[in-house]
Amino acid sequence: MRLSLSGVSVQLGATPVVSDCDLAVGDGERVGLVGPNGSGKTSLLRTIHRAIDPVAGSVALDGDDVRGLGQRQISRRAALVAQDSAPDFDFTVEEVVAMGRGPWLGPFDRTSARDKATIVGALERVELANHRTRRLSTLSGGERQRALVARALAQESPLLLLDEPTNHLDVYAALELLELVRDLGRATLCVLHDLNLAATYCDRIYVLHRGRLVAHGPPVEVLSPDLVQEVFGVTCTHVTHPVTGGLLLAFSPRKVADL
Amino acid sequence: MPNKTLPVAGPDKPSRTRLSLPVTAPALLLVLIVMVCVAVSIGSVGVRLDTVAMVIRDHLIGAKPAASAVDDRIVWHLRLPRVLLAAVVGAGLAAVGVALQATVRNPLADPYVLGVSAGAGLLASVAITLGSVAVAGLSTSAAAFVGALVATMAVLMLSRRAGRVVPGRLVLAGVTLSYLFSGATSFVIFRSSDPNAAHSVLFWLLGSLSESSWKNLTLPAAAVVVSGVYLILQARTLNALAAGDDAALSLGVSVHRTRIQLLVAASLLTGVLVAVSGGIGFVGLIVPHVVRLVIGPDHRRLLPTAMLVGAIYLVAVDMVCRIAVRPEELPIGIVTAVLGAPVFLWLLRRSEAS
Repeated sequence: MRLSLSGVSVQLGATPVVSDCDLAVGDGERVGLVGPNGSGKTSLLRTIHRAIDPVAGSVALDGDDVRGLGQRQISRRAALVAQDSAPDFDFTVEEVVAMGRGPWLGPFDRTSARDKATIVGALERVELANHRTRRLSTLSGGERQRALVARALAQESPLLLLDEPTNHLDVYAALELLELVRDLGRATLCVLHDLNLAATYCDRIYVLHRGRLVAHGPPVEVLSPDLVQEVFGVTCTHVTHPVTGGLLLAFSPRKVADL
Repeated sequence: MPNKTLPVAGPDKPSRTRLSLPVTAPALLLVLIVMVCVAVSIGSVGVRLDTVAMVIRDHLIGAKPAASAVDDRIVWHLRLPRVLLAAVVGAGLAAVGVALQATVRNPLADPYVLGVSAGAGLLASVAITLGSVAVAGLSTSAAAFVGALVATMAVLMLSRRAGRVVPGRLVLAGVTLSYLFSGATSFVIFRSSDPNAAHSVLFWLLGSLSESSWKNLTLPAAAVVVSGVYLILQARTLNALAAGDDAALSLGVSVHRTRIQLLVAASLLTGVLVAVSGGIGFVGLIVPHVVRLVIGPDHRRLLPTAMLVGAIYLVAVDMVCRIAVRPEELPIGIVTAVLGAPVFLWLLRRSEAS
């Protein structure tokens, strides 16, 4: 297992936000984490890089407990694309991607030819090679997220973590980003809000509800109308996508009058 | 397929000067050397530039001085230590400013945000008004250094939550304690019966390099070199910190430990600088901003460039202070603010327009 969380409980201050969660991501597997706002998705994700330490349970990367690994070791095994936030310092695309080499370079190391090749490779992979001297603030939302994915690629870690990467993206950019992530073929844990995107792009899905994992498995089984009703409080119907033949959740308006 | 892969945000031209460090650093170093020579040659008595160069050369290679004894004394013993101190303090304040702005991820952070200058000012003013007995026999600059360290420790303690320094709290605690210490300083001045003492306190608080000598130059110069090298080695870490705590953690930086190390290093250096130069405001805030606007926030280039620009800037400002109202001398803090603010505002408008 690239990542395994067992019995993880998290508190923020004295408030419990996640209780007794078991979650695993295998090699090359794309796993989605869904749940309503405030269900604890981001808190769970933040335990992996030890931004929060769980009050109970353990987090392991490639079988090693993260508490026994140094911060550098953790970052060589898992890269994070955090939620999009306005950057305080306006780096260029290339500078951002170069940060991904940080886990592999000591204070006295210069950026080697191999590091540079890795950076260029990552930029080309996300199709931003032409934008490498652009400042992050001048990019579109989709381009900005792709730059952060390139930083994660430059990190060369086998596990990729994404926290709501399609927030603020238009539908084209969202599909483009998730297809890019899918085609990378890396083990991925991705927090998503859009259940249809999760159903389309994830092999397995975990559902977090009030700090507890209430279901996991293939999207068709997990995202049943009953579960969606109970966890998200909305009515949906399973439809077969007319073109792809895949699962499509058709949501009904909440008020009967709107029907 | 819609044609959306093309960039929407205008033409794809480099939006920032991409001067590389191997070009800019030697150029700025050359400017600094020229500035130092010019600053040494100008003063209440002018000394020709070639004489300045000759005196410095003879002292450096240990030759018998070819210049007159008067010129030798003015250049080597009076002006050069002062001009070099200006360069050292300027470089140091710029380095601390760059490091702190990334460490607390607040572009308004400057070397004094940790309450350093206010703490130093309080003990310095006690030493000046009540005599050194009041501060256990310490000299004014030693008292200032102790005040700086005490203030920094207090700010660091107050800004911790669950053992971790919280950047937002740090800035608030620093600002609050600065007001407290400034109030106490004003009280000390107000109660002082000696009007000269009040004047010297004010002069100290506004910054001055008039106490410079070769002897006083060694410690700050060593401190700036050591901290400068340390911070440049941390350049990638500073980049990661500037990208945010969660990003830094995922890039392998032990954020909480690193932040405390950087804050301690920054406050030690600021303490040394404040002790020899008083409160020279604005340099540590403005220089990093100006350099960042031109070459961007990558600390591998930003730190060395900002240190050189800070050195050049303070040498120039000190020169203005010595000649603007001759034979009087202006406190250097007044000029850094009066010159720095308009330049900064102009750059800000320009960068918003582009």
